Amino acid sequence: MRWIWIDRFLEFETGKRAVAIKNVSLAEEHLHDHFPGRPTMPNSLITEGIAQTGGLLVGEYHSFEKKVVLAKLSKAVFHFPAIPGDTLRYEAVINDINDTGAAITATAHVGDRLQAEVEMMFAHLDDPQTSQNNFEPKNFVFTLKLLGVFEVGRKPDGSRLTEPPGLVNLERVLKAIG
Amino acid sequence: MATMSQSEVFEKVQTVLCDALGVDEDEVTPEATLFGDLNAESIDMLDIVFRLEKSFDIKISRNELFPEEVLTNPEYVQGGKVTPTGIAELRKRIPFVNLDGFAANPNVKDFANLFSVQDIVRFVETKLPK
Repeated sequence: MRWIWIDRFLEFETGKRAVAIKNVSLAEEHLHDHFPGRPTMPNSLITEGIAQTGGLLVGEYHSFEKKVVLAKLSKAVFHFPAIPGDTLRYEAVINDINDTGAAITATAHVGDRLQAEVEMMFAHLDDPQTSQNNFEPKNFVFTLKLLGVFEVGRKPDGSRLTEPPGLVNLERVLKAIG
Repeated sequence: MATMSQSEVFEKVQTVLCDALGVDEDEVTPEATLFGDLNAESIDMLDIVFRLEKSFDIKISRNELFPEEVLTNPEYVQGGKVTPTGIAELRKRIPFVNLDGFAANPNVKDFANLFSVQDIVRFVETKLPK
């Protein structure tokens, strides 16, 4: 199972910004108890969706060679609750990025309404002990493909973001074992 | 850019630290220590670096402000204490921090508490055009 809190990328500019959407649906079980009689998308999961939008943007910048972890939430302001039927539009912009980590600013909108304003930092771990399966680049590439990044992704020169070589082979392997 | 006075540098550093650490301006005194008084954590150093770079239009390389890798190097740290070679290396790497007190009893765990607001100001001054 994958812990994915965005549905699809709409825009993806390498090293710069990404836009993703999350459709809030009453079919999601967690909304049945949050809150009883008043389903509300938890702001913590909106933050997670934003972190995934920004985290994949940051990870892709270094070709997923670095292990990107959410390290600091500098700001998180929520203006109204998101409810079933809403489409949340997350936009993450990289403010700073270097070998050690990255800082992003992000917003969530429902239609034209500003739902959330978030600032967060990601750290690049280089401890080899944390090189578990979850941090393997192929996992990220698989997730990016699932989320449509290669349909909308653009490099700084405007050319299309392409799937890294080797992914085709990986897919064959996954199908074979799947 | 015109040369900045020390008080101008201090004021900008103060703003950076207030924003990065969510502390009040009156807490950010020159003597306040980052990790002790202002409760900074290690990720905050990167936040501070990014904000200093923007605020002063300077570039700060990895480990320039906080030489983490010196403190994890077995040549420089033995039995939880920084060796004389380690102290010499630190003096070279972070001359903007006063290491005299620390050198007398160089417990690694006390190292983080050395960094004061004034040290950050001195560091920034070394990076500004003369």
